[in-house]
Amino acid sequence: MQGSKRFFLISIFTSLLITFVDTAVPQIVRYTVDTVLGNEPSELPSIVNDLIARIGGTPYLRGHLWVLAIAVGCLALLSGVSRYLQRVFSTTASETLVRRMRHLLFSHIQYLPFSWHMQNRTGDIIQRCTSDVETVKNFLSEQLISIFRIVLQITVSLSMMYAMNVSLAIAATVTLPVILLYSLFFGGRIRRRFKECDEAEGVLSAIAQENLTGVRVVRAFGREAYERDRFDAQNTEYTNRWLRLSRLMAAFWGVGDFIAGIQVMLILTLGVLQCAKGTMTAGDFIAFMSYNTMLSWPIRRLGRMISELSKAGISVDRLHYILSSPIEQDRPDAVDADLRGDIVFDDVSFGYTDDAPLLSHISFTAKSGQTIGILGGTGSGKSTLMHLLNRLYPLPEDGSGGRITIGGVDIADMKAEQLRRGVGMVLQEPYLFSRSIADNIAIASEGITEEDIREAARIACLDDTVNEFVDGYDTFVGERGVTLSGGQKQRAAIARMLTQKTPIMVFDDSLSAVDAETDARIRAALNEHLGDSTVFLISHRTATLMHADLILVLENGCIAESGTHEQLMTRTDGIYRRIYELQLAGALEEEVTV
Amino acid sequence: MSVQQKKTEQEHVRLPYFGLNRLFPFLKPYRHILLLMMGLGLVGSLVDIALPLFQRYAIDHYIVGGVTDTLATFILLYVSTLIVQVFANFFAFFHATHVEMKIGYDLKKATFNHLQTLSFSYFNQNSVGYIHSRVMSDTSRIGELVSWVMMDSIWHTSYIIGAIAVMLSINWKLALLVLTVVPLATLLIALCRKHLSNLNHRIRELNSKISGDYNEGITGAKTIKTLVVEKTMIREFDEDTGVMKRTTVKASHFRGMLFSSVSFFSMLALALVLWRGGLITMEQAMELGTLSAFMSYAQGLTEPLLWLIESINSLINTQVNIERITRLLQTESDVSDTSEVIDAYGDAFSPHRENWESLYGDIEFDDVTFRYPDGEETVLEHFSLKIPRGTQVAIVGETGAGKSTLVNLVCRFYEPTVGRILIDGRDARERSQLWLHSHIGYVLQTPHLFSGTVRENLRYGKPNATDEEIWEALRLVSADAVVNRMDNGLDSEVGEGGDLLSTGEKQLLSFARAIIADPRLLVLDEATSSVDTLTEQIIQNAISEVTKGRTSFIIAHRLSTVREADVIIVVRDGKIVEQGKHAELMAQKGYYYTLYTRQFERDTVNAIL
Repeated sequence: MQGSKRFFLISIFTSLLITFVDTAVPQIVRYTVDTVLGNEPSELPSIVNDLIARIGGTPYLRGHLWVLAIAVGCLALLSGVSRYLQRVFSTTASETLVRRMRHLLFSHIQYLPFSWHMQNRTGDIIQRCTSDVETVKNFLSEQLISIFRIVLQITVSLSMMYAMNVSLAIAATVTLPVILLYSLFFGGRIRRRFKECDEAEGVLSAIAQENLTGVRVVRAFGREAYERDRFDAQNTEYTNRWLRLSRLMAAFWGVGDFIAGIQVMLILTLGVLQCAKGTMTAGDFIAFMSYNTMLSWPIRRLGRMISELSKAGISVDRLHYILSSPIEQDRPDAVDADLRGDIVFDDVSFGYTDDAPLLSHISFTAKSGQTIGILGGTGSGKSTLMHLLNRLYPLPEDGSGGRITIGGVDIADMKAEQLRRGVGMVLQEPYLFSRSIADNIAIASEGITEEDIREAARIACLDDTVNEFVDGYDTFVGERGVTLSGGQKQRAAIARMLTQKTPIMVFDDSLSAVDAETDARIRAALNEHLGDSTVFLISHRTATLMHADLILVLENGCIAESGTHEQLMTRTDGIYRRIYELQLAGALEEEVTV
Repeated sequence: MSVQQKKTEQEHVRLPYFGLNRLFPFLKPYRHILLLMMGLGLVGSLVDIALPLFQRYAIDHYIVGGVTDTLATFILLYVSTLIVQVFANFFAFFHATHVEMKIGYDLKKATFNHLQTLSFSYFNQNSVGYIHSRVMSDTSRIGELVSWVMMDSIWHTSYIIGAIAVMLSINWKLALLVLTVVPLATLLIALCRKHLSNLNHRIRELNSKISGDYNEGITGAKTIKTLVVEKTMIREFDEDTGVMKRTTVKASHFRGMLFSSVSFFSMLALALVLWRGGLITMEQAMELGTLSAFMSYAQGLTEPLLWLIESINSLINTQVNIERITRLLQTESDVSDTSEVIDAYGDAFSPHRENWESLYGDIEFDDVTFRYPDGEETVLEHFSLKIPRGTQVAIVGETGAGKSTLVNLVCRFYEPTVGRILIDGRDARERSQLWLHSHIGYVLQTPHLFSGTVRENLRYGKPNATDEEIWEALRLVSADAVVNRMDNGLDSEVGEGGDLLSTGEKQLLSFARAIIADPRLLVLDEATSSVDTLTEQIIQNAISEVTKGRTSFIIAHRLSTVREADVIIVVRDGKIVEQGKHAELMAQKGYYYTLYTRQFERDTVNAIL
């Protein structure tokens, strides 16, 4: 707010100027008609009368009518300049505020805990950050100043009218509350209908989106007619809602026009009668009519604006929801993280909600430099286990969920930033940013050279693929990396992690989309570059895990079996052994036939 | 950072007649309403022109003249005029919205339905986002153009012409003097408008960039936190909002000039009337009321001018939308049924199911040569293969080697460049696409579900499937456990694109969906790649169950899943390099052998990770 206060103040000042000009011009017209052209005494303020007297009085002006024209011309210039300045300053003010607001939102979202991201739908948050910000922005840049100006204009017009002719002014005022109330009433209803239309459009848009992304499914199942009907039904619904809204709007404008017209007629008639009686001059009448037109339009707009105010209020609430969510914070006495030691999971239990534990009583030790294999079915909690390690999900503060230590230090006592910098992670469905491949690989490592990028890409078997692209490493990865195949994305993510040279590495089923040959090549290359890092390897395939120093078999959130491959194979009916034999069966069969 | 090489959209298009002639087919049903609208607009503006004349009469007769004998008639006439205007405005507004929405509706319907018939090459060449905004926003913009822009230009043009005519008739010298401001005002307004258009275009681009930033910052949250790049993201976001602020403020200069010039020129016109008109009135050559009316017209001239220029501006800007929509509607499908076929079998929307033969599943590639419509290389050359009904065909090869090509041809997503594909002994082109597709079950590499309930999704291939059939299929692919785990069973919502489910769950459900329709042809596109080992084994068993008696195509990179296949087709760099049974191919010791032993080695020896 600080930086923009000045601009808002200037903006308010220019509003005053605009209102002054708008009020002064009808007075000049009145004076010209009544006093210069007619013979009525001047009713201008005494300062102005003095000024006129000094240049030669009314007779002088009669001979030099252009002086009055010049005066109006000057006011015209003043009006133009202040309108221009007002627009520029109010925009500068609101843009400064909005930019600040966007910054606050974005950075707050970046530091919100991951659990918050899981609980809130992406589309909803983006909508808050875009359309709600837009609503607030419109309020700041358009409505706020407008409301101020309208109120000012109404006050000034009304007081001028009352000063000129009380009985006529009363006649003009009686219709105003009616206009205001009716605008408020319609405004609210129109807004509700608008919201319905928006929602209907959202549904229609989603149907089109799904149809386009699922085009293969639609065609392969021969369901074009069904899709057409689905779209048509919602298209009709959307159109009808709009038509209902338009009927309401048409009625709103129509009735508004009518009331305003009646009001003008009322004043016209009364004015005419008074003029005929001689209690009002022609100039008064013309000026009065001018002020009156300044009255009815703003009142109608005011009604709608007041009803729009609640809209801005709702948007502010929706934004406040984001900004008031607590962000991730380290403990005040958080220590620097040293991740070279043994990693101990000590009786770790965790669930997204209290009643449904996803992991229970997990205890194991990963010695520094060891490779830990984790085997588990879909939804067995193996990814979550890794997200606990880098504190994407923090364990409960009270210690009821056990604790995780590295080199004897509880990770909850470490600085999250350092902890995460030390844990390199390749996710099952890797996310690439909308930028070039080189920038994607380099994003987490500062001061990285082009050669480092290529080296990492070579280890991840991405180099050859990238070199085939026309733009090479400058090839742009589209939104969510759509231009790359799943396997290419996984390899890019591996390269990205390798540049970080982290003491702890996590491969979360990260070669699932790569074909067998490349898979083997990557593994071989990686093996030479792991150094003394501690590695966690999540996979469905026992063959991948069998050489790990420790294999954990997760079943329903518990460690069902653990040990080395040899130890696990001694259990006659063990899960690991069963899976291993299932997976091996095919291969051995071939040995016999070939 | 490198510059994004997006598909560049033409922003400035010039079409003959602003492209309006291309819209005629869509306007035709509404020509009467459009004419009525124009008439109403004309009435509305005429009333606006007449109102100051009432004031003139009142001043000249009642106020200056002091006679009030005709006052009753005057009031009656005035009120009637007002009522005429109220009704004209009401109906004009209503009809304009009506036409806007209806044309939007028609265009949406036409584009959406047309998209349902376009072939896959169109979808491969255009991104979903691009096509989506054709259907959603271009159509709305055109609707808006047709109704509002037309209506507004009629209204404002007639007001300007009318006001000028009345002024000329009152006092042509004074009128000509006042009219000198018109070209000045027009020039200034048009100049600002042009700059503003360019800036607004830039602001729209920046807006979508900022939305994109939010999208990345939110959907990429997990990765951002893991990589600890929050600061980088925030810094880049701040750069974008900084540009946004500067551009918006720059635009406000022109916008400010636009509106201030309207107020400036209208007051200038007033000053001119006050000066020259005042003189004329003093010479008794003009009545006071006439002077007052003249002032009203002079002042009221600039604002319609502004809106008229706005209208012309949107007419110019909408050309690009018209161009894009008509191009989409004119795009013809690479794969289409002949009119004889449509006569006999119906099209995608009105099938003549009574004429449909059964499909048995004998498939033959007969000397097929194929090149993708947007590709340069011939991927199949003189390829012939007989696939008797019930055959299990496996297609293997590296990721991106072009394993989908054969399936794309069998499903008639593409047609052979040369040669033909026979289905049950007859050229595929002799029967309709829908006939063929109704007999196919398809499980995709990236499973795609539609928002709605589990039941709705499973019934996708067979709308009248009973719950018993659904559960049977679910059990067959062991997806019953997945559904049982959900709160509302078959009535559970899957979310947009199936977002509420895991990839494995989606995979299982899409497998069940394919089975329910009891298809004669089954296509499994790397269907088992994202379920865990135990489930995979179960699905393996299910596959051999469901492929019995059906012709099936399995695209897989896990060679263990295809050993049992009747014929294995090995693809490398888009071309078929080997084909045969597993044992034969192993004996050949060719590319398949290499692939297989690599995987074998990986599975047993090399997996040290």
